[in-house]
Amino acid sequence: MTNPSLYAAQEPIFPRRVSGRFRTLKWWIMIVTLGIYYLTPWLRWDRGPNLPDQAVLVDMANRRFYFFWIEIWPHEFYFVAGLLIMAGLGLFLFTSAMGRVWCGYTCPQTVWTDLFLLVERWIEGDRNARLRLHRAKWDVRKVRLRITKWTTWLLIAIATGGAWVFYFTDAPQLAVDLVRFEAHPIAYATIGVLTATTFVFGGFMREQICIYMCPWPRIQAAMMDSDTITVAYREWRGEPRGKGNVRKRDKLAAQKAEAEAQAAGPGAARYAPTPYPKAALQVGGTPRITAEVQEHGDCIDCMACVNVCPMGIDIREGQQMECITCALCIDACDDVMDKIGKPRGLIDYLALSDEPREREGQPPRPVWQHIFRLRTLLYTIMWGAMGLALIYALFIRTDIELTVSPVRNPTYVIQSDGAVRNIYDVRLRNKTGTARPFGLSLTSEDVLRIDLEGANDLLQVTVPADSTLMQRVYITSRPGDPAATRNQTALRLWVEDLETGDRASRATTFHGREQ
Amino acid sequence: MSDKNIDETTGTETTGHVWDGIRELNSPLPRWWLWTFYATIVWGIGYVIAYPAWPMISGATAGVLGYSTRAELAESVDAHELANASLVGELVKADITGLAPSDDLHRYAVARGGAVFRAHCSQCHGSGAAGAKGYPNLLDDDWLWGGSMADIEYTVRHGIRNEADPDARYSEMPQFGEILEENELMAVTEYVISLSSPEHDAALAATGLELFADNCSSCHGEAALGDPELGAPNLADAIWLYGSDRDAIEYSIRNARFGVMPPWQPRLTEPDIRAVSVYVHSLGGGEE
Repeated sequence: MTNPSLYAAQEPIFPRRVSGRFRTLKWWIMIVTLGIYYLTPWLRWDRGPNLPDQAVLVDMANRRFYFFWIEIWPHEFYFVAGLLIMAGLGLFLFTSAMGRVWCGYTCPQTVWTDLFLLVERWIEGDRNARLRLHRAKWDVRKVRLRITKWTTWLLIAIATGGAWVFYFTDAPQLAVDLVRFEAHPIAYATIGVLTATTFVFGGFMREQICIYMCPWPRIQAAMMDSDTITVAYREWRGEPRGKGNVRKRDKLAAQKAEAEAQAAGPGAARYAPTPYPKAALQVGGTPRITAEVQEHGDCIDCMACVNVCPMGIDIREGQQMECITCALCIDACDDVMDKIGKPRGLIDYLALSDEPREREGQPPRPVWQHIFRLRTLLYTIMWGAMGLALIYALFIRTDIELTVSPVRNPTYVIQSDGAVRNIYDVRLRNKTGTARPFGLSLTSEDVLRIDLEGANDLLQVTVPADSTLMQRVYITSRPGDPAATRNQTALRLWVEDLETGDRASRATTFHGREQ
Repeated sequence: MSDKNIDETTGTETTGHVWDGIRELNSPLPRWWLWTFYATIVWGIGYVIAYPAWPMISGATAGVLGYSTRAELAESVDAHELANASLVGELVKADITGLAPSDDLHRYAVARGGAVFRAHCSQCHGSGAAGAKGYPNLLDDDWLWGGSMADIEYTVRHGIRNEADPDARYSEMPQFGEILEENELMAVTEYVISLSSPEHDAALAATGLELFADNCSSCHGEAALGDPELGAPNLADAIWLYGSDRDAIEYSIRNARFGVMPPWQPRLTEPDIRAVSVYVHSLGGGEE
């Protein structure tokens, strides 16, 4: 007995070209997602002077994130956290409703692999040609095709890595700097790394990334249940499968059965196991067709679903961790079903909970009944609540802002005349593109005096454009006044943009002399 | 052929290992994974050669790249020193009295001075500069030796009543317990209390007034407002370095106090002295 190898070489996969509804949808999604990725950094958005005019910009150096009309400062990072929570909840929602749609349609690994496959097909031909080329000895033609393919891949990879860095600085300027070799080394290093990962992941690793490196399949599988709509094979309709030569013998019977199935309605024909009444299978009074043959299902074992699969699996074996639900096997099978005159949907998006009904020849429950259930409803509510909260937070933001941190070491200072003074560090934020004069004031139920460090009797400070100014503020209570002797007095600090009249305020506390 | 062990239930090959009759299905790992593992080992060996790694009796192997976190730190400290060199030069030379809070030099001095303060001054004056009994609060508007930038800088530089610096600020209050009678001490105490508190014995304070004029006003002034030239505190305000209760005041009169501060001139660098002076001046009580 020899010990089996514990390591297996990667099995090359040569997905065949396919066309159909889902393939068309995937082409459009690829165009849209890649379009967004490559073009977004080039969109301009006029924010006035002193501010960048790039619509989407992650400005690490100045700690700013620009998204069209929204500008996020580091202290507003909760927006990013909120969006991540929404992305998480959205993933839960989509996965529990429709399985691994993220993997199948929009995951960058899927989209770029699809693009690389398109290139591969365009240069080396479809499945059979690629298989032949794979097995062929290295000759001039093979070398030429391989080099053409790899070069095209590499160009796409460079464009991919190149597009990424444009999100982090002014894109037109960086593009000029990049070709003049004047850009920052980090830009070149980032492009290099992303070019390498795109080239290797999209060109060579492909399904290996999904199967062995990505944690998503495990997580997503945990979020699916029997009501989740997913890509599956109607084994109760298709089995036992059989190739054409077996079928020829009972073509007649099959046609007859088909007619009966059609008579039962298109819904039933699509989902139900094909009924083969024994009487219909008898030709000339002789039972020529054995029981085994009588029970042939709709699957003609043409392997179309397997040949188009980018993951190299056979969907007919049931739900598998490798399946990214790209739905290409649906397109392939529907095509075959059309050709052999069978109803579509042998491989279909379906909920596994419908299996018992379909086995009995009943149509499945409507899709909305699968999708609208407590779980998805809860995810939707949580997702929507998070979104509304973020929108609300976005609208209550002002262009000017202040935060107040009272100096607590010590909480108060006695002045020589007995007055009690509190010190506050006030951060004033001017989010506009021009320097603005800010006026400071306070409101309180008690008499308090406000002074600014730098002996500014006008209580005015000028905050430079798009920046934060730290201003020390002194608030004083005269000796004997209530605020001086009370432990704590509530007050509110106001900042006003003296040009526009915009105001913002913060509540804080005045500490009196402890009695 | 019994070369392959096939599990009957699943049809999957097994590894051939058996434990108590239980066999292990073979789910082979991708080959590239194995190569990745080998690559990490190669990387690890390269790392050990390139970077400091093996602990030796003194220190560790240096690594052929000569990398050191200490050197990196020193480099980044040097880089900052270099970046701040012009500010440091300015800090030493410039007139620091009139700096606006928004001035770059002021901001640099406050940041640097704050660090110096926390390292060298906070032990007595507190991390928030609020002081303690016997150690002045530096946040208020009461200054024993003057609160202008120049006064503060002088105090930081030379200290108070120390023997190390001949230029230290110096004054010494007599111990009036050896000069005045017991009842006279009571009267002066009452008078000093009367200067800032309405709760006092007016008759006793009136006798104390004369004693104060004879014994104390030469330093503390006729109106007891103190004299920063002599470090004589203002006795009419609300701030009491050693406490405002009768016992504390009487103790001060009877035994005198002798607060000492070390000179920082040799211990701190010139820019540090200037910076910490700006910092203390900026705390809220700095005078013009």
